[in-house]
Parts: sequence; structure tokens; C-alpha cells
Amino acid sequence: MDRRKFLKNAIWFIPAAGLFRRFLKDAYAKPGNGRYDPNHHLYGMGIDIDKCIGCGLCIEACKKENNVPKEPFFCRTWVERYVIRKDGSVTVESIEAQKGKPRAKPEETDILRSFFVPKLCNQCANPPCVQVCPVGATFPTEDGVVLVDSKRCIGCRYCIQACPYGARYLHPETRTADKCTFCYHRVVKGLLPACVEVCPTQARVFGDLKSMASRLVRFTRMNKIHVLKPHLNTEPKVYYADLDGEVR
Amino acid sequence: MNPELVQRLSELLQEVTGFIYPNEVEIHWSILIVVYPYITGLVAGAFILASLVQVFNVKEVQPTYRLSLLTALAFLLIAPLPLQFHLGHPERSYEIFITPQLGSAMAMFGFVYLWYLMAVLLLEIWFEYRRDLIVWSKEEKPPMRWLYRALSLFSNDVSEGAVQFDRKAIKVITVIGIPSAFILHGYVGFIFGSVKANPWWSSVLIPIVFLMSAIVSGIALVIFLYMVITPLRGERIDMRCLDRITSYLFYAVIVDFTLEALDFIHRLYESEESIKILSRLVTDKLFVSLWIIQILLGMIIPLAIMIMVKSLKFDEELRKLLYFTSVILIQLGIFATRWNVVIGGQLFSKSFRGLTTYKMEVAGIEGLLTAIVLLILPFIVLTILLKILPAWETSEANRGTAS
Repeated sequence: MDRRKFLKNAIWFIPAAGLFRRFLKDAYAKPGNGRYDPNHHLYGMGIDIDKCIGCGLCIEACKKENNVPKEPFFCRTWVERYVIRKDGSVTVESIEAQKGKPRAKPEETDILRSFFVPKLCNQCANPPCVQVCPVGATFPTEDGVVLVDSKRCIGCRYCIQACPYGARYLHPETRTADKCTFCYHRVVKGLLPACVEVCPTQARVFGDLKSMASRLVRFTRMNKIHVLKPHLNTEPKVYYADLDGEVR
Repeated sequence: MNPELVQRLSELLQEVTGFIYPNEVEIHWSILIVVYPYITGLVAGAFILASLVQVFNVKEVQPTYRLSLLTALAFLLIAPLPLQFHLGHPERSYEIFITPQLGSAMAMFGFVYLWYLMAVLLLEIWFEYRRDLIVWSKEEKPPMRWLYRALSLFSNDVSEGAVQFDRKAIKVITVIGIPSAFILHGYVGFIFGSVKANPWWSSVLIPIVFLMSAIVSGIALVIFLYMVITPLRGERIDMRCLDRITSYLFYAVIVDFTLEALDFIHRLYESEESIKILSRLVTDKLFVSLWIIQILLGMIIPLAIMIMVKSLKFDEELRKLLYFTSVILIQLGIFATRWNVVIGGQLFSKSFRGLTTYKMEVAGIEGLLTAIVLLILPFIVLTILLKILPAWETSEANRGTAS
């Protein structure tokens, strides 16, 4: 390569690299200059149902990360296993609650389709839990996450009744409502939620809906997307790809 | 971590049929939340009965007027307690009053409650008793004299003009009070009816059904109290009054029954996504409490009894016995109504794929004993109120002076 060509390439390379770096930064939603501005983000999660193998690592990671009681009736996230038979009958189990128990094993030929569905708080844009909280302890953040202030919550449990997805429980230690926060404490530092971090098949895709370069935006562009219980107009921000009609 | 809770939930997990979301194993609104709408219903119902005397000028019902007011007050004073005991953080309950989230139906509780207590009930009772309080404060010895002085707020005008003003004030308060009583209990219905996530609750009819059943239970309670207290005082039960009130009760039960039937038929006819699980709910988990207690014992049998009394000429004693049986059955039925709404709404999964079970604690803070104590407490409060503010002697004396 002659010197002239080298210099010409260098002139193109520098701005291109800068642009690339910028996209990279956007994609990982890292706080710029150490200061995190929630107005510049809007978080959501994609679930690729076909990729989930029902290993349950996400549940375990979530419980460890967020001090969720280990018992199977307190969950910020869980995974449902669907078995749909040829006669149309459907069996659903929570893999956590079924741990160590004999599973219903239909004859191989009976099964029409079978899959896993990870569930978590849908971080609704129109959240019924926020609407009903009598003291405003449950609130949406500017970056689209619904949080619970455990120092303010009075433990009336109206939000638990109002959530159509069963995403909330009463934490037995704090006696306040608790639910998935997308690991907000990690996200604002530019880290991924614990469940996304450990998922071995990348069935969970976390990202910023305001960044065109985020994995989530790409995920919603490349897949047919469905949300849970759309008729309730809660406007969830957990997006399912290839969601089966049987899933509620 | 509470090992008892874990033990209880692990047992419940075995009882689950079909699939429920993992967090749905725990029933969050317990028997205390059944007691709460039951008690506020009694308040609204008793007040509406009292209003009949004032607004519609039903003279026959006069003997129960003061009793109805004091009953409403006694139950209203206890109404917030089941909520308070139920909270995860009862020490933070004041937050509802000082920093309410105005979009929340529940946050309005403080305002509706205070409005009803201060602006309606206490005010009406004060105007009703003002003259008597002044008279008693002159007749009684200390310390009762001081108490009556304080309760009359140190007023001492018993002139004809002042008493006329009291009457007028009571009329105005009652006119405001009737919609307020409707709001008080309709609003409790709205707390449930506005939960769109729950198809068993989510219905515009729920506040109205709550209201009608409140009127039914309140009237039945006042009849019960009147029939128990009058013989205890060594007086005769005024049968004209009793016949008239049970007649009102009869019509209220019919309207209540019709509304509930409408709600039921409407759900069945629309046959939405949730219909299968709701059908399983009412034929399995709620079979006894809905069909047997609420509908058969709480509605059909009392209605049959009252139709019999209306159409056949029974003597006084038999009528009393039948009325008494009806009002007890009706109370049982309305309590079952509250149970079926509150507990029933939590027994099926929002995935519409399974049912869970409610195992009531006995001794715990949210258990059966607490509920029983909370249901007895209003009667103790009422006894005290009746001791301080007698509901009959003077009303008869008043009538004597008026005529």
C-alpha cells in the first residue's frame, strides 16, 4: 500500500471508528460520563420462546441477586412448561414448583407441541398496580421500569390483586409488595439483569427501546411479537416472539 | 423467614388443582377483608333505614330511628379495624390520609370514611340528641352531667325555635346522607369492581349489588337488634313497626336477588374467556357458600317465609319467630355474599387454568378469632352508646310533648 492510499484510508477510518464506538455505547446503554440520565432510556425485554430450554438458571440467579425467598411460591420470575396434546388438552406447570416431583409424562405420540415460557413483571406502560396503590409506593420510573418503594409500601396487597400476570408477591421478610425490577440496580450501571446474564441460550433479550442499535429493538424488528393479555390494555414491555395462543 | 408461613403455603401447594401462577398460592385478602365490606354494608344499610323516617316520613318506623343511627355509628367506628389488622405495615396506615395517591380507589377510603363519619353520622346524631343531652345534663349527677354537657358541646338552648332548627338540620343532613351512604358502600364495591385483572370482580354491577345487599343486611340487623333489645327492656315489640320494616326488607331482598341474578345471567350469556374457570369455581370451591348459604339459606328461604307471612294471617308470636329466623338467615347469607366475592375472587388463577384453596388461620392476626372479635366489637360499642344515649324513652317522651 502506498503512502497516499494509507492516508486516504486513515481519513475514512477515524470517523467510521468513532461512529462505530458510538453505536456500541448505545447498544450497551452505558451511562455517559458516569452520570445516568433515565430520560434517555426506555427498557424492555424480549423473550425468544423457541430458545428457552427450561433450565431454570434465570430463576436461581434472580433469587440470589434480589434476595427473593427460595421457596417456589415467591417469584420475581418463573418458567412455565406447556404440553399441548393432540386432543387439545393443555398441561401447564411451573418448573420451579414441580422440582423433584414426577412430571406428567404423556406418551410421546400424544404431544402436539411443547415449550417453555419465561414469565416476569411486564413493566407495563399502563400499569394497573401503579393505579391502585393507595400511597404511591409503586411507581413507574422515567426509563420505563415499575418499582416498589419498600419503605413506603403499607402492605395492603391491592397491587397484587390488580396485577393480571401474577407477577407480585408479598415479601415475607419486609411484609411489603415485591416484584421484578429488571434488576434496576444493575441496569443503571450498564449491566444486564441477572436472568439475562445467566441465560445460556439467550432466550431473554434485554435492551433499550430508545436506542435503535439495541439488541431489543433488533429483536422486535426481526420477530413476530406478541404481549401477554393485550386486551387488558396494560401495554407490557416484555415482548414474546412466537408466543403460543394457549399462553396466558 | 417465617417457617409457619412456608409450612402453610407448602400444604396449600398440594391442594392446587390445574395450574396457577407461583405467586398465587398465597391468598392475600383473608377473612378480615370479608369482614370489612360486611361491616360497612351494615353501616350503609342501617343509615338508609334511619333515613326513611326523616325523608319519606314513614312514621311506623320511628321506634327504630335512633337505634339505626347508633347501630350505623357503632359499626362505622369498627369498620377500619379489619383493614388496619390486615396491613403488612399497620404503622404506616396514616400515609393513606396524608399522602394519598389520588388515582387509587383505596386511597379514597380515608376521605369517604371521614366524610361519612364527621359530616353525616356524628352531625345527624348530635342534632337528634342535642335537646335531650341538655335535658339530661340538668337531670343527671356528675360525672354523667359533665359527659352530657361535653357531648352537647355546651349548648343550652332548648327553645322551640332551636329544636325546630335541629329538625331542619337533620332533614338536610339526611338528604346529604343518603347519597353519602350510597357512596360509602358503592365505593367499597368499586374497590373490587374496578380490578380488571379479575373477571370475578370486574363488573359495573358489583357496586350496585354491594349497595343493595348492604341495605338488606342493614335493615335485617336493625330488625334483629330491635327484636332482641325491646323484650330486654321489658317493653312490647311494636308490631306495626316490625311488619313495616320487614316489608321493606322483603322488597330489598327481591331487588338484591334480581340484581345478582342479572349479574349471573349476564356472565353466563357473554361466556367470556374466564367462563370455564368461573363455572368450576362456583360448582366446586364455592358450592356450599354460594348455592347453599348465600342463595338458598340467605335469600330463597327468607323470601319464602316473608311471602308466607304476607299472604297468610299468622298470629303475632309466629310472625315474630318467622321474622327473627329470616333476619338471621339473611345475615348469614350476606356474610356469605362478601365471602364469595372476596375469597372467591382469589381462589382461581388469573391464568384461568387452575384453582387454589383458602385455609383460614384460627388464632393468627388474620384468623378466625380476630374476625369473630371484630364482629362482636360493634355490639359492645353499641351497648355503650345505648347506655349513654338511650334510644327510646325520650323519643316516646318527645312524641308525648309533640302531640
